Amino acid sequence: MAVNPDLAGREFPPVEPYLVGREKIREFARAVQSENPINHDPAAAKAAGYTDVVAPPTFPIVVQERTLAQLLAEPDAGIDFSRVVHGDQRFSYSRPIVAGDELTATLTVTSVKSLGGHSMVTSESVITDSTGAHVVTATSTLVVRGDEQ
Amino acid sequence: MNTNLSSPEGSVDAPQSSREEQLLTPQRLEIGQVVAERDFHLTRDSLVRYAGASGDFNPIHYRDDFAQSVGLPGVLAHGMLTMGIAVQPVVDWLPAWFEISDYQVRFTRPVLVDAEGGADVRVSAKVGAVDETGARIDLTVLFADESVLGKAQVRIAARAQ
Repeated sequence: MAVNPDLAGREFPPVEPYLVGREKIREFARAVQSENPINHDPAAAKAAGYTDVVAPPTFPIVVQERTLAQLLAEPDAGIDFSRVVHGDQRFSYSRPIVAGDELTATLTVTSVKSLGGHSMVTSESVITDSTGAHVVTATSTLVVRGDEQ
Repeated sequence: MNTNLSSPEGSVDAPQSSREEQLLTPQRLEIGQVVAERDFHLTRDSLVRYAGASGDFNPIHYRDDFAQSVGLPGVLAHGMLTMGIAVQPVVDWLPAWFEISDYQVRFTRPVLVDAEGGADVRVSAKVGAVDETGARIDLTVLFADESVLGKAQVRIAARAQ
């Protein structure tokens, strides 16, 4: 089944707000082998001018993933998850995520392209805080491999 | 304009230089200058830890039999784990008055993580461009002598006050 080209431009409903926990940030920071105290120690983060521990730069994937799950589950999307490869990833930040943030993410499909039998689906997940202010936009291109020759 | 962008006055001769004092303003960064390097060792344990932390439980990242059943040579590191470790040398080097404003990569080659030997990943971060508001840091990420991330770029900019 091919990816539905009509997906381009589709906006999904916001996912349930994600409350960023201090221990979750520490767990993620250990997983990406961070040695920076602002990722682990609230006192170090406060000394650097943040309200609590700071999430590593790729932490927004945890929130974005929930929006990608919506996209993959969309009945008419035609995206076979077993054929999906992550092609590109980008984060554009207004500010870093810190513990205590309550984040809401909304995904929009920005393009669906065909290239050499594969489909490239690019989506943008806009992540905002509880005041509605922009925190980060996470953009992914998923490559959906075509049928084997 | 953030006045902190200027080098702290009189800090050069301080007997014990603090993190900030050693760090550079964008005007002092030079294109081609290597600002950070780090070697990472990934094991299967690293992948399980990342799976738990990120919520990505795709079994290609911890089961050889599953990875092989979908045509892969073996268990691979999560692309997002590679992206996550690759930026850490920049995070650790970053002057306090900067923040990362943009980070992008293209996943070009998989990182195969051997059950016994793991995988060694080398990251090098080099200044790619400098302007009045910040700089672009280009990452080179090598596994088995080959680059695994393309167009891996970190944009750093003065922190909003």
